[in-house]
Amino acid sequence: MDFSTAISPHIKPRNRVDKMMLQVLLALIPGALAMIWFFGWGILFNLLVASATAIACEALILKLRNKPVRSTLCDLSALLTGILLALALPPLAPWWLAFVGTAFAIIIAKQLYGGLGYNPFNPAMIGYVVLLISFPQQMTAWIPPSTIAATPSFLESLQLLLGLIPESLNIDAMTMATPLDTMKTELGINRTTGEIMDNELFGTFGGTGWEWIANAYLLGGIWLIYKRVISWHIPVALLFGLTTISFIFFLTGPDSHPYPFFHLFSGAIMLGAFFIATDPVTASTTPKGRLIYGFLIGLLIYIIRSYGGYPDAVAFAVLIMNLTVPLIDYYTQPRVFGHASENNHEQ
Amino acid sequence: MKHRLWDYNGGLHLIGHKSLSNTRKPLAATIPKELIIPLSQSIGHPAEPIVAQGQRVLKGEKIAQSVGVLSASVHASSSGIVREITEVVVPHPSGLKASCIVIDTDGLDEEAPSSGLVQYEKLPPSALVSIIQDAGVVGLGGAAFPSSIKLNPGANRTIKTLILNGAECEPYITCDDMLMRDQALAVIEGARIILHTLGIKHCLIGVEDNKPEAIQALKKVCDELVYRNIDVVEVPTLYPTGGEKQLIKILTGDEIPVGKIPADIGIVCHNVGTATAIFQAVMGGKPLISRLITVTGNGIHQPQNLEVPIGTPIRDLIAQCGGYTDDAARLVMGGPMMGFALPNDDIPVVKATNSILVLAQADLPASKQSLPCIRCGKCAEVCPMDLLPQQLYWYGRAKNNEKAQAYNLFDCIECGSCDVVCPSHIPLVQYFRATKSAVRTANNEQQKADNARQRNDAHLLRLEQAKAERAERSRKKKAQLEDRKKSKETIDASVERAKNKKMARTQESTNSSDTTLENKS
Repeated sequence: MDFSTAISPHIKPRNRVDKMMLQVLLALIPGALAMIWFFGWGILFNLLVASATAIACEALILKLRNKPVRSTLCDLSALLTGILLALALPPLAPWWLAFVGTAFAIIIAKQLYGGLGYNPFNPAMIGYVVLLISFPQQMTAWIPPSTIAATPSFLESLQLLLGLIPESLNIDAMTMATPLDTMKTELGINRTTGEIMDNELFGTFGGTGWEWIANAYLLGGIWLIYKRVISWHIPVALLFGLTTISFIFFLTGPDSHPYPFFHLFSGAIMLGAFFIATDPVTASTTPKGRLIYGFLIGLLIYIIRSYGGYPDAVAFAVLIMNLTVPLIDYYTQPRVFGHASENNHEQ
Repeated sequence: MKHRLWDYNGGLHLIGHKSLSNTRKPLAATIPKELIIPLSQSIGHPAEPIVAQGQRVLKGEKIAQSVGVLSASVHASSSGIVREITEVVVPHPSGLKASCIVIDTDGLDEEAPSSGLVQYEKLPPSALVSIIQDAGVVGLGGAAFPSSIKLNPGANRTIKTLILNGAECEPYITCDDMLMRDQALAVIEGARIILHTLGIKHCLIGVEDNKPEAIQALKKVCDELVYRNIDVVEVPTLYPTGGEKQLIKILTGDEIPVGKIPADIGIVCHNVGTATAIFQAVMGGKPLISRLITVTGNGIHQPQNLEVPIGTPIRDLIAQCGGYTDDAARLVMGGPMMGFALPNDDIPVVKATNSILVLAQADLPASKQSLPCIRCGKCAEVCPMDLLPQQLYWYGRAKNNEKAQAYNLFDCIECGSCDVVCPSHIPLVQYFRATKSAVRTANNEQQKADNARQRNDAHLLRLEQAKAERAERSRKKKAQLEDRKKSKETIDASVERAKNKKMARTQESTNSSDTTLENKS
């Protein structure tokens, strides 16, 4: 009897890209639900617009590049990019904000570099930074969490999405600086951290609402590590780096530097540590390299938060470290079995 | 005392599928109608046939003699008539043909007379090595390295420890498991013969902890015979612990340095099956003519272990195991991780064959297109050699062979772990093999070019030398001519002088006679 042959191994592969992406999407659900809970329907609309845009843009470019559309869309990577970007957008954003950001992320940052696996920079963060620089007003249109003031209703959110101002809302009165922004601004006018945090915007560790969102992302992230979708190296190193530097500065002057927990549970740290910095394509791939990569992102976040022009810094820190990945990977090759020393100087 | 264990990077926990074949007692396979015995069953040169077409051979009779140290002799595995010595497709990943001796068996299974040796302790190691070499014993773990070589590590290497490999980490395969259970005494006595030959005392037998019966059986023999120098060590079940490098690391903590062999760090490693074959060669005077083979997989009806005469066509084994199921889809020699797929079942089993695996369609990877590498690093996490397969793939794909080598491509043992965990389903091992052979080809080309250049240089040098020699010769000749001329001149001059003298004398005498005459007158 004759048989067809193939090269070993003759065993089913264990993993699939789409399954990994799906697991990441599932792990985002608690955080996304928490955001919708605290900031209202606007978040959900952002998610919908960004997802639709991501899929449409990916399909368009794949068609132009004569690549298989259906099977590639099924890897879910484009959808994940859209979702991650949407989760960084404020709830009052008009539809075109999510649209422009996502389109830029998918078309320019991902597909023009060759699509999945070839982009040197995190596409969602590229999209976010483009929006932050181009539309600073819309990008800072945050509102207080639902525990402080009511969020816009479903209909009002829909109107906001379409770029209309509902008569029932006074937008200027509604928008409010985020806790991180407040901290930065008020430290700038020489108020102490104690005075600043004596405000209903601040909760136990970070901002009211925000700290619960951070907890939800943390939960999802731990599940991803447990499921071995991501390795622990980057998130742990990132959180460690941020804690270390913020603790040192806190010791030098607690009045002018918020304690480490404030940094960990404010802004996009948990989302960044577990879901953004861990993007496999753009992160370091060696175990030691991942520790360095994560640690330096943590340091950069603190430095940019404290001394940069923007209140949060996850996107900038991640993109800067994306630049250094080839270098880090080159110098952190593991010692190969049976070799005396590490391989990094052989050339 | 519990033996201390070490660890290597990565590895995979695979589903064993061992109970498919290890719940039945091993049976002796029936003698096939024809035996196809390849002349090359080890690395090194194929053996040279010493029988002729039409000749009757007996079971255990040597039919081909080893040529050189790395070659192994081949024996008839049953009695019969040599039909022909011809090219047949042999079990090799290339699917190429090689010389085989085809024997029409007569069913009598008549044995050649053999001399059993019992008192091996009194023999010098060199005598034992030649017995083992003569019996055609090769490594039965899969590499088919002639065992006699490993028993003669050379004067400059001090061996301290013998390791017997009973890990059997590949899924499905259970022949070593069954061998250790049923022939524990032969394994242990084989180990003692090897120890004696090497002149050492210490032996470790590494067995994965998914084989408790085998461990029990070996320990029982050691306890009963009070062999305290033989340590049966339970090692964790993890693929690829059965790899020589990995097992040595687990048992001793030592890594074989790149480019070295175990003997360089004082270790000799043999498979448990090889130890049994050595036992039979030395104690029973029996050459290696059959072995235990696991015939298994979801593609056959009755998986089991069979003691198979070397050279039996696979189809005979399949028939004895109830035939193929309807969904039999791939025929593999070896395990699912590192075994190679065979094009048909007319191919014979050889000394290195530990398993015939018939996989059903449902067991196989769907041949869907692979996705781009997302650099998730899962491959590096499981790589037992601590390589970075993602980088090797990257450079291999870019045909950047230099970089691939800088990332230690040639340390890859092709265990397939990276393939199994890759979420993009990239056939990594296939890429690595291709890159390796591209490098080898390039090196060969380079070698050829170097050789050609050297030849050309030598040619030019020869021309130059010839020219110089010619010049020298002509110079010498000229000088000679010159010399001759000179000597001729000298001769001429002396002749002249002599002439002149003579003339002068004649004249003188004439003058004097004149004077005389004048005086007379």
